Amino acid sequence: MAIALVLVLVVAGSILFHVFSPWWWTPIASNWAYIDHTISITFWITGIVFAAVVLFMAYCVYRFRHREGNRADYEPENRRLETWLTVVTGVGVAAMLVPGLFVWSQFVTVPADATEVEVIAQQWQWSFRLPGADGKLGTSDTTLVTGENVLGVNPEDTNGQDDVVVSAADLHLPIGKPVKMLLRSIDVLHDFYVPEFRAKMDMIPGAVTYFWFTPTRTGTFEVLCAELCGTGHAFMRGVVMVDTDEDYLAWLGEQQTFAQMSAPQQTGMAD
Amino acid sequence: MSIVLGFMAVVVGIAAWWLSQQRLMAKPWLETGNVDAYPRTESGSMPPAKIGMGVFLAVVGSLFALFTSAYFMRMGFTDWRSLPVPRILWLNTFILVLSSVALHCAVLAARNRRDDLVRLALVTGGMTAFAFLIGQWLAWRELTASGHFLTANPANSFFYLITGMHGLHILGGLVGLGTVTARAWRGAAADRLRLGVELCAMYWHFLLFVWLFVFVILAGWAEGFIEICRALLT
Amino acid sequence: MVDITQSGAEHVPPAEVGEVDLYHPHSWWTKYVFSQDAKVIAIQYSGTAIAIGMVALVLSWLMRLQLGFPGTFDFITPEAYYQFITMHGMIMVVYLLTALFLGGFGNYLIPLMVGARDMVFPYVNMLSYWIYLLAVLVLVASFFAPGGPTGAGWTLYPPQAIMTGTPGGQDAGIVLMLVSLALFIIGFTMGGLNYVVTVLQGRTRGMTLMRMPLTVWGIFTATVMALLAFPALFVACIMMLFDRLLGTSFFMPSIVEAGEQLAYGGGSPILFQHLFWFFGHPEVYIVALPAFGIVSDLISTHARKNIFGYRMMVWAIVGIGALSFIVWAHHMYVSGMHPYFGFFFATTTLIIAVPTAIKVYNWVLTLWRGDIHLTIPMLFALAFIVTFVNGGLTGLFLGNVVVDVPLSDTMFVVAHFHMVMGVAPILVIFGAIYHWYPKMTGRLLDETLGRFHFWVTFVGAYLIFFPMHYVGLMGVPRRYSELGDMSLLTDSAHSLNAFISIMAFIVGFAQLVFLFNLIWSIRHGKDAGPNPWRATSLEWQTAETPPTHGNFGKELPVVYRWAYDYSVPGAKEDFIPQNEPGTYPAARGH
Repeated sequence: MAIALVLVLVVAGSILFHVFSPWWWTPIASNWAYIDHTISITFWITGIVFAAVVLFMAYCVYRFRHREGNRADYEPENRRLETWLTVVTGVGVAAMLVPGLFVWSQFVTVPADATEVEVIAQQWQWSFRLPGADGKLGTSDTTLVTGENVLGVNPEDTNGQDDVVVSAADLHLPIGKPVKMLLRSIDVLHDFYVPEFRAKMDMIPGAVTYFWFTPTRTGTFEVLCAELCGTGHAFMRGVVMVDTDEDYLAWLGEQQTFAQMSAPQQTGMAD
Repeated sequence: MSIVLGFMAVVVGIAAWWLSQQRLMAKPWLETGNVDAYPRTESGSMPPAKIGMGVFLAVVGSLFALFTSAYFMRMGFTDWRSLPVPRILWLNTFILVLSSVALHCAVLAARNRRDDLVRLALVTGGMTAFAFLIGQWLAWRELTASGHFLTANPANSFFYLITGMHGLHILGGLVGLGTVTARAWRGAAADRLRLGVELCAMYWHFLLFVWLFVFVILAGWAEGFIEICRALLT
Repeated sequence: MVDITQSGAEHVPPAEVGEVDLYHPHSWWTKYVFSQDAKVIAIQYSGTAIAIGMVALVLSWLMRLQLGFPGTFDFITPEAYYQFITMHGMIMVVYLLTALFLGGFGNYLIPLMVGARDMVFPYVNMLSYWIYLLAVLVLVASFFAPGGPTGAGWTLYPPQAIMTGTPGGQDAGIVLMLVSLALFIIGFTMGGLNYVVTVLQGRTRGMTLMRMPLTVWGIFTATVMALLAFPALFVACIMMLFDRLLGTSFFMPSIVEAGEQLAYGGGSPILFQHLFWFFGHPEVYIVALPAFGIVSDLISTHARKNIFGYRMMVWAIVGIGALSFIVWAHHMYVSGMHPYFGFFFATTTLIIAVPTAIKVYNWVLTLWRGDIHLTIPMLFALAFIVTFVNGGLTGLFLGNVVVDVPLSDTMFVVAHFHMVMGVAPILVIFGAIYHWYPKMTGRLLDETLGRFHFWVTFVGAYLIFFPMHYVGLMGVPRRYSELGDMSLLTDSAHSLNAFISIMAFIVGFAQLVFLFNLIWSIRHGKDAGPNPWRATSLEWQTAETPPTHGNFGKELPVVYRWAYDYSVPGAKEDFIPQNEPGTYPAARGH
């Protein structure tokens, strides 16, 4: 009999835990509130199903527990009931899937006015590259990485000369402007993950992946690596600061371009 | 992954066909009593070893389907340089066909209880298969001699990997064939010998088929097909 | 690879053998060590799997020490931590669950349940175990190799799996891991051929497919899937071995490591992920389907009622098995693969929820108007439904592509898969052991110890993994060796982590009670008799308990009915064994 009671307690406890949990997602700082909504829909549907199934089970265990002289009913199947349950399940699943797919199609469709920001991961730090005045990022390749050219930017590419290089330092983003994060790795798999932005994507050496979002709240956010990348995985942190436009421009003005960074080396060679 | 999905579709097709024969729609609680009233529901009469071989070949098929799937996916990257097909592979193919034919003759001879012919065919099958392996080794030598080493290019790596895998399977088959041949020489009972010979033949025909498939792909005649697959996937 | 030509020809199918003298053991060695009896092999498989599983359990304690009390235990370095998670995951998924369900329960139950004297290829079956043991030994050897076992995570993703930044990456660890897996697959293929062909060809007279217990259906379908899916892992292992040892670039792109360009170039890490998950997702169902089958039989037997919707259950098992081959990339939504794959794989993944849900309904509906005996196997079955429903429902979060984006690679995923393919199948394994132990030994496991074990395991495991979802929801990534200084982790979250760790120790210790019970009851358990649960299926109808070699004495049983004739109206007893002839007034409404 204890089991029936425990089953009820499991449902009640789980719901209470869910409602009163101080452990919840971080306050959102991007446009992906849709994702939170989809999660909420899923919580409702799955929560109802979980409670219904387990409570029904608890009732059965209580009501039909063995007593002397009891005999079970004989019912091999019930097509109507099974069909009905299948249809209801199908509807419930569709109710989660359809909004999910709509949001996914937004997630993978980058708006035309999004500015590109490149994130370069390596064991175990983050670097960033912003397009310069020309609004274009120069090409890059892992094989071009050297002690001076740590991000592997193509020195031949004129588009790349004015690119702003932020090596192993904080990234700043202006609030309210969509950004397309271009993700690149020069060694192993990493994953650029800021919990407050909700979005994340693996970075694959030899390829460029992406996601986009619009920062909606100023503040300082911690970047976590979300794909096991070796012993330093847990320590691979970074910082993204979402600034007002003025603050952002002020920060941008202090940064060095690729040409500036490689200039001393070129003069050195000329000597 | 289109190749392996195609392979899986074939397997699922066979399974679905077989299941459709098994009265899966029947209501078993109404069908009490002697099974004779419900025809075609008993275990088949085919020897388990043959069914076992069939299942094993499905596993081998899955293995090569996956290797070729990986081949196609890796092929899409820019560093891929196809390698020249050694001419000797044509000869090897011919030899492997001979080997399969010889084993088929062995099966026919075993059915007709011609023990001397069985032995001859088994030995021929074994020798030709062995010759095939030597031929494959010569093909490897030819490639390394012309600078196409294992690590020089993914196309080379796959060539050695897949032909090597296929060769290992032939080698395993030769062990089995060797036991059957030895048994034939010791004058084993005709029925048991026949089963052994038939299993070898099944395995040989399948490995011939795998080789032809692999050869077509490694030689690059399937490029058009690959393009279609890729277009479908992207 | 497996050469079945010889052994196949050497053994006449058992069904046609009157006496089992053909390969009857003659010495102690061939009876207990190099035995070809599926029942002995089953016990060998189970013993090895449980032994290596205990290692994985201890590893999980060490991980929880680090996560619950960050910075307290200096000996758990990041290197050690990653080695622990890797070995824990790999052992639990492959060497414990797969081996125990298929090698253990498959070997014990298939021949008995379908009415065969043994597996069809007993010699190959024996080889299967010894190769499995070799695989386990190679795995264990990696603990003692220089550099230790691999710390690449159980998914072994390249490039990091074979690089210096990962423990064992440039040492022997990863090589031994890959070799061990390849051996496991070869051994499993040998066993798997047996399970499949025995079900196909070894069934006794009258045992039609639709009269088989769902346990056999589950193990059979899982084996077919495993035979087709394991080659994907095999291919991935071989190709990674080539990359690691011979310097090919199948998976390895151009890489700069510590400022140095490595010799690799052009390879595709995503290719490995596709191969891995083409195996990895079916693997989830390879573990789940036998559990589905077994739990169906436990519920039916102990509720004294036929399983509700047997046909639907069979179709669902087969359907899930087939569908599970086209959902693999839902593990790769944020892997950087083409985003449009997300639409396809989210849809197939959520479709697979429908047959799975039907199975849950049918289990629960079997309880309706049953005559529920709250035995220990029944308790475990009920606990399985709770944890499986819970874990299955969180799967709907992760399967729905956009919801997966924030949750993937967080503790939410860890909680989800532990609930659904860790706790749930293991609860079934416990239930099954309490259920079939009397057949294997002739004695019941101790009731008091059993109930204690049940309550601690069920409640404890739920308390470990249910709150863990919320840690993930906060955004805490998985596979972090150090949670100490994360800005989003509040003090209360640290307390929650400590609580989870303490529960993990408690649940772990309860398993020692179970192990004690297993050994103690062999001699001191209550005498069980041949059919303590009054069950219908053939394994309970053997002439001797435990069954001897050959299973059924002189004559094989003939089957007259399905495996679920419980509480048939008009029948005297509330169960009718499958081998009992005679009909009863048809049940109402059908």
